[in-house]
Amino acid sequence: MLNDLLLTLPITIATVWVLVLILCEAFVHNANLTRWLTAIGFAGIIASIFLIPSPEGYAYGTMLRTGTFTNFSNFIFAVSGLLVVSISDKYLEEEEINFGEYYIILFISTIGMMLMGSAANLSVIFIGLETMSVALYTLAGMLRKDVRSNEAAMKYFLLGSFATGFFLYGIALIYGATGELALPRIAASLQTNGVSTLFWIGLSLLMIGFLFKVSAVPFHQWTPDVYEGSPTTAAAFMSTGSKAAAFSSLIIVLSNISIALPNNAVLQTAFAYIAVATMAVGNITALTQDNLKRMLAYSSIAHAGYMLVGIAAGSNEGYSGVLYYALIYTLMNVGAFGVIAVLERHRTLTNASDYAGLFKQHPLLAGLMAVFMFSLAGLPPFGGFVGKYKVFAAAVEADLTWLAIVGVLASVVSVYYYLRVVIFMFMRDPEPAPQANANATGSFALVAIAVIVFLMGIFPTEVLKLADNAMKVALK
Amino acid sequence: MPEINLSTAFFIGLGSLTIVASLGTILSRSPVTSALFLVLNFFALGGIYLLLEAQFIAVVQVIVYAGAIMVLFLFVIMLLNLEDEQRLTERYDVKKGFAILFAGLLLVEVLYVVGLKTPAIAPRLGTVAAEIGTAKYIGQQLLTEFLFPFEIISVLLLGAIVGAVVLAKKNFGPERATAKTTL
Amino acid sequence: MEIGMTHYLALSAFMFTTGVIGVLTRRNAIVIFMSIELMLNAVNLSLVTFSHYLNDVQGQMLVFFVMTVAAAEAAVGLAIVISMFRNKQTINIDEINILKY
Repeated sequence: MLNDLLLTLPITIATVWVLVLILCEAFVHNANLTRWLTAIGFAGIIASIFLIPSPEGYAYGTMLRTGTFTNFSNFIFAVSGLLVVSISDKYLEEEEINFGEYYIILFISTIGMMLMGSAANLSVIFIGLETMSVALYTLAGMLRKDVRSNEAAMKYFLLGSFATGFFLYGIALIYGATGELALPRIAASLQTNGVSTLFWIGLSLLMIGFLFKVSAVPFHQWTPDVYEGSPTTAAAFMSTGSKAAAFSSLIIVLSNISIALPNNAVLQTAFAYIAVATMAVGNITALTQDNLKRMLAYSSIAHAGYMLVGIAAGSNEGYSGVLYYALIYTLMNVGAFGVIAVLERHRTLTNASDYAGLFKQHPLLAGLMAVFMFSLAGLPPFGGFVGKYKVFAAAVEADLTWLAIVGVLASVVSVYYYLRVVIFMFMRDPEPAPQANANATGSFALVAIAVIVFLMGIFPTEVLKLADNAMKVALK
Repeated sequence: MPEINLSTAFFIGLGSLTIVASLGTILSRSPVTSALFLVLNFFALGGIYLLLEAQFIAVVQVIVYAGAIMVLFLFVIMLLNLEDEQRLTERYDVKKGFAILFAGLLLVEVLYVVGLKTPAIAPRLGTVAAEIGTAKYIGQQLLTEFLFPFEIISVLLLGAIVGAVVLAKKNFGPERATAKTTL
Repeated sequence: MEIGMTHYLALSAFMFTTGVIGVLTRRNAIVIFMSIELMLNAVNLSLVTFSHYLNDVQGQMLVFFVMTVAAAEAAVGLAIVISMFRNKQTINIDEINILKY
């Protein structure tokens, strides 16, 4: 049992640390101290991922997986949390919700994500999903006096629990069809007993739950309202970490099941169509948005569509492409939301037109935003381009060339609304200036993110190799 | 007259009670009536779990669901002093029709699959259904095979406590809300 | 007449569908949440049924976790409802639609 604790050291450290955080906040009501402790906690998780060697295998019976895939996923979640903590402080003070509880809830949500990313049992996926979601519902409603935040929290909560109901019914039917909850044993049962209709219905219901969480069409309606109403830094966390967690567990479930159903055409076509619809709706609706938070919400729907292309490919290359994309998307999206949080003033100054002439007043911020916009649009030499390339290449290899072409067309459409922001910043005359609101840690974090995004575009090979390695050994 | 033994009679009684209570929950005008119908539903389900020889789950159902969660619901409903939902039966618009149609299709499909195509997975040997429902057996499993989810779900409960307090607490004190970041 | 797995599963499916209809048609946020609880209980019934007829304990273990999750969700959900009610004195979801397209 001690061995299991060491094998899953990130989760062990995180669980112990959240107790430290809560005790600290309860006895010393100092939000600054809690913020620094949370950042140390995230850094500790990242350090434990790199320092502790974890062999491929299972921990706690067949409850959790250990290995490269788990480490990669946990890294994405911890990085997302650390970056959001670093851009949150001035924003929270501005909005007068500078509570230590915000950081505690952020940390608990990350624990839920880590459970989803390292699960090997459907019950652990469910517990992780709920831990992450309940914490996110709270984060969405954090601006207690603002009715839009209340509305965002209520919408997210009702629709999220509704999707969880379907997800759970799917788990129940899969359990009935195979007699097992542990994913490797489910695959074994499918191979010995065959795949029954009950299993297919269970799988579809399970997928409905996942598709809701990644905001794929037709379960995407909640995303714009929730992202616009939530605090901006909370929206940054939701759009990156929870999407990455949902995709991680989706990959885990699909790669286990595909042992019993290799190259299944039904699954592939279904995901392909959903990917097309998601990319279309996301990109086309984003064209009409002026409010930057709503635009980023629809853009996150579109990016979920690109990642679904990798899922539709169904191969190891596809899945590792999704992993890499999740990492780079986390970096650039947190960066974009971070710049918005710095410039925002009590919900004003969040339209693209408000950013006119930003280059003249705050050249650094304008430059950073330009980097993030270019990367989100998938233009070389930034990291977003590599992510899209990997995912589309995997689709071509899996005989889904038409899907890759649709993806490229969608990316071309998206260039318009990303570049519109850049044009506003650099080529229009400034209105009365928005005052920037960043402090040392915030700006440093944003600069660091931009540099990393740039570097991952030029030198992607190491990270790509890690992602590929994660998928090669992910199954057995 | 078909043979009806005691357990069949219990199932028919409890099953009809469940159906009536579910319909009552979604069709009542007043939220209080809905909540009370839901409590009845949970009690009936507890009885059905006993029919299925899941003793521990039946007791936990009554204690946790009917006894704690529904009490919380009723507290909040009474506290907020909600009015009855107006125009409940008047709005037969397209959306409601679509919702009922979709749900009806789902029901028919699941019933079809469940009724005709339930796979014959062999029951596990070596245990008896009555034995695995006891508190002793479930307790053993919780501390051996299912130790990890059992322990980690406490993080979820912590998150829910912190979240509920943050959202619902009336005043945090002026110095906390406007605390400045110094570092 | 023998009560088999099919009868229990049919009852569970009916409860689940009732819950879905409740979520989609009602306007009061608390009643919507109660319909979601109905859905979760329907799933619990399915899980216990499968556990009984497969002689496997994992179904009942999952029911245990689902109940815990439902309790946690109820706490946070009702806190959200209270928080909204403080601001707007209504929880009718038709009237809380400020974030338009």
